[in-house]
Amino acid sequence: MSSICEEKLNLEEETEGVDPEVLKKELLEKYPTKVARKRAKQIVVNKLASCSEGLEIGANVRTTPGIITQRGCTYAGCKGVILGPTRDIVNITHGPIGCGFYSWLTRRNQTRPPTENDENFMTYCFSTDMQDKDIVFGGEKKLKAAIQEAYDLFKPKAISIFSTCPVGLIGDDVHAVAREMREALGINVFGFSCEGYKGVSQSAGHHIANNGIFTHVVGLDDSVKEGKYKINLLGEYNIGGDAFEIDRVLEKCGITVVSTFSGNSTYDQFANAHTADLNTVMCHRSINYVAEMMEEKFGIPWIKINFIGAEATAKSLRKIAHYFQDQELSDRVEAVIAEEMPEILKVREEVRPRCQGKTAMLFVGGSRAHHYQELFKEMGMKTISAGYEFAHRDDYEGRKVLPTIKVDADSRNIEELEVTPDPERFRPRKSPEELERLAQEGFEFKDYEGMMRDMDNQALVIDDISQYETEKLLEIYKPSIFCAGIKEKYVVQKQGIPLKQLHSYDYGGPYAGFKGAVNFYQEIDRMVNSKVWNSLKAPWQKSPELSAKYACD
Amino acid sequence: MKKSPAPYVSTTNACKLCKPMGACLAFRGIEGTVPFLHGSQGCATYMRRYIISHYREPMDIASSSLGEKHAVYGGEANLKQGLQNVMAKYGAGLIGIATTCLTETIGDDVPMIVRAFRKEMGEAVRSEAIPSLVNVATPSYSGTHMEGFQAAVRAVADQLADLRERTEAVNLMPGFVSPADLRYLKEILQDFGLKGIILPDLSETLDGPAAQDYEKIPPGGTPIQQIRNMGGSRATVELGRTLSKSATAGKLVEERFGVPLHGVGMPIGLRETDGFFQILEEIRGVPTPEKHRAERGRLIDAYVDGHKYVSEKRAVVYGEEDLVVGLTAFLVEIGIQPVLCASGGRSGHFREAIEEVTRDILPLTPLVREGVDFYELAEEAETLSPELLVGHSKGYHLAKRWNIPLVRVGFPIHDRFGGQRILHLGYRGAQHLLDRIVNALIEKKQADSPVGYGYI
Repeated sequence: MSSICEEKLNLEEETEGVDPEVLKKELLEKYPTKVARKRAKQIVVNKLASCSEGLEIGANVRTTPGIITQRGCTYAGCKGVILGPTRDIVNITHGPIGCGFYSWLTRRNQTRPPTENDENFMTYCFSTDMQDKDIVFGGEKKLKAAIQEAYDLFKPKAISIFSTCPVGLIGDDVHAVAREMREALGINVFGFSCEGYKGVSQSAGHHIANNGIFTHVVGLDDSVKEGKYKINLLGEYNIGGDAFEIDRVLEKCGITVVSTFSGNSTYDQFANAHTADLNTVMCHRSINYVAEMMEEKFGIPWIKINFIGAEATAKSLRKIAHYFQDQELSDRVEAVIAEEMPEILKVREEVRPRCQGKTAMLFVGGSRAHHYQELFKEMGMKTISAGYEFAHRDDYEGRKVLPTIKVDADSRNIEELEVTPDPERFRPRKSPEELERLAQEGFEFKDYEGMMRDMDNQALVIDDISQYETEKLLEIYKPSIFCAGIKEKYVVQKQGIPLKQLHSYDYGGPYAGFKGAVNFYQEIDRMVNSKVWNSLKAPWQKSPELSAKYACD
Repeated sequence: MKKSPAPYVSTTNACKLCKPMGACLAFRGIEGTVPFLHGSQGCATYMRRYIISHYREPMDIASSSLGEKHAVYGGEANLKQGLQNVMAKYGAGLIGIATTCLTETIGDDVPMIVRAFRKEMGEAVRSEAIPSLVNVATPSYSGTHMEGFQAAVRAVADQLADLRERTEAVNLMPGFVSPADLRYLKEILQDFGLKGIILPDLSETLDGPAAQDYEKIPPGGTPIQQIRNMGGSRATVELGRTLSKSATAGKLVEERFGVPLHGVGMPIGLRETDGFFQILEEIRGVPTPEKHRAERGRLIDAYVDGHKYVSEKRAVVYGEEDLVVGLTAFLVEIGIQPVLCASGGRSGHFREAIEEVTRDILPLTPLVREGVDFYELAEEAETLSPELLVGHSKGYHLAKRWNIPLVRVGFPIHDRFGGQRILHLGYRGAQHLLDRIVNALIEKKQADSPVGYGYI
């Protein structure tokens, strides 16, 4: 009996018969042998879940020098991604000017202070702007003075320090400075050793940032918010206002968000996060360890949810309702879904005939390349190739591979916190009987099965795709749309293929939740059906007989 | 003169970018070049992102992607491997290697590593297929993006320029100007009948057409063959009044090959442009072509027509020093009062240059501040009741706070469309700037009036 695994490609039509194994060979051809061997592990032809035994992808490994990558650095992940969207902490970059300047406010992460008088430092860029003499004689004195100055001018609740490459090299102790200034000023001051050269990508920076927030802030404020169903939203960064839409939907359902890590967030929310009764994880990559630590320390269980895609949003809401075991909540969730869906279906049906059968590629982030496949599916589009910029193997293959992931020197560099139950604040949210019942009903905690499981047989999965591979892929597959970031945008569009930015949403959005799905359908419809590239050839180039005729005249 | 306020320790909302970024931009303006940063990969990513958001064009920068281990033991192996990989996949004619704070702090000797790399490549290096390698030291804790830009231009001249044969060409070092400016400069040279070697030339590489066949390295940029013969040109024209008096590319070519150097201000506004055209007349020995004289005439006509809208308006000008000097020269000509001329740069020549370009028109030199950030700029400007800001996008929050127009010029512009196509230079650029400034002020007047006058 021929197994389903050997059946013909189920993406054959969309990829016009390109054999992904052959394509993979072609991608590797131009690399020097050693590089090719390394890249071969990071390029995988996907198999159906039932046949994926032994399928493994190389991820979270160093980028080869000279290969142009999408990845950023540890500092970028720490300061830009995690703390970037928090509005009331004064974030001081300790280093020369570039790093601070480049991580200075974009419209990517939105924030909404309740009143005009509420603090918002997101429009500021604070830097110690190190000069020659600071590199030679050390920058601690300047850093202290900068913290004092920031305090005198702004009187913030908290000040944090971000280390750039030279800081670690010259041996400035930002943590000692933080401790000293915390005592001197009486506010929370904490530092991050997030030098750019640490780790293999910004993922290391996420980890350092989250560890820091967990250590220095979470658990400081025990006041309990009003609300019957209290959750934290972890790994949601309010790109293009996503968190606003998610908050709207949750509020409508009667669910209270205690804290979001870290879209539209504030210092107080972090301090209070341990009072929630459930942690819901959006971006598994950047924050699953915080969910784990919060369970260990405070007894809050966590589940994976996804608010990208209308169906995924509905499913996630139902999952949250299920957790709380409350009919009233379940009824309300159903009512909200029923109310929101008609508009979504209307727009979906409108765009579907124009988008059906078109193809997408997604190379972005540590979760987005997975989540956005949902939206494309809803529109009738197929994802033929995808990969993450900085994710780890568990984000591709699911948490089941966690015990088998090798810890290398780069991972060892990132501190793993030892967490024990908090003597006063640890409180299991579910009794063993309740957990048993949930398990019997098929409810799963810590349930992330990774991106590859949701992808088609024979889809090409590529980790840390390079500029060179991107170009090759476009040339051979000619997808209808390519999703990545601004660095790739104009390269791809020069080749006549539209690129949707999923880091910044091209300053559009929101794309999360119900309203977001509608926005996304319309945006993608506009992009994949654009006629502008038909104009690349001038009319006289399009009809050669005509120009030939003129030439003869 | 007003005393400078007590300086702050930290930099809040900087008015400058980092040194290696300037170097990458300059390298991008050379034909077939891949800029390469020796340091952590984040530098390349950050700078690419920033440059791309202004130009809306591809911008590749390779990196040696150093990790913790290399920070301790040195980045030589990574640099060599990186160069090899760029060579294998990009078909680059030149790789422009700039250092970063990481590699400068650990003390990697890049010239030595590059020499060793060349040696290891042995015979291959002599073949035409192997790219030229230019390296420049750009620690970002010393100087701004402009020092990086100029250092890269100088490094290119230093490491590539030669005298192969005497030609009638003119070397033109334009400084950091827009692709639109560069296209216009080329047009001017052509109209004068001059063959120009413009270094660097970003006009095509950072503002290219949509193309059917994508090329990894965009066409355009200063041809390397021409750079190799810069020593044979008949003259060099270098734009910018605040350039170091001794360490520019033009100075180097003059000292090494005897090519006479003409240093002029960035030709913004009437007088600075007159100075530029005068030098071209001298070099070529012909009068300014009629087309440009006509543009000059129209510009003066517009100065007269626009005067009633702009006269006595109080402006704050900020950005790179040479750009601010040029803009200030222009603003005082049209009757605007620059109440504050500011830059994050610290060349040491800024105040003197502002004095030179305002002396003929203003009884007193405007307030000049070098090495400032937007926090200091705002503090100072708040006491001066400005009515107009002229500078890049980073001043937007001040324009919003003070409810005054911001006329966007220079780099970076990431809150408007078409930053790469803004024309600043020459008679034509002055015309564009004048139109935009007049209209910004009219728009403000209309917006502030409850009546809704449609005839102004």
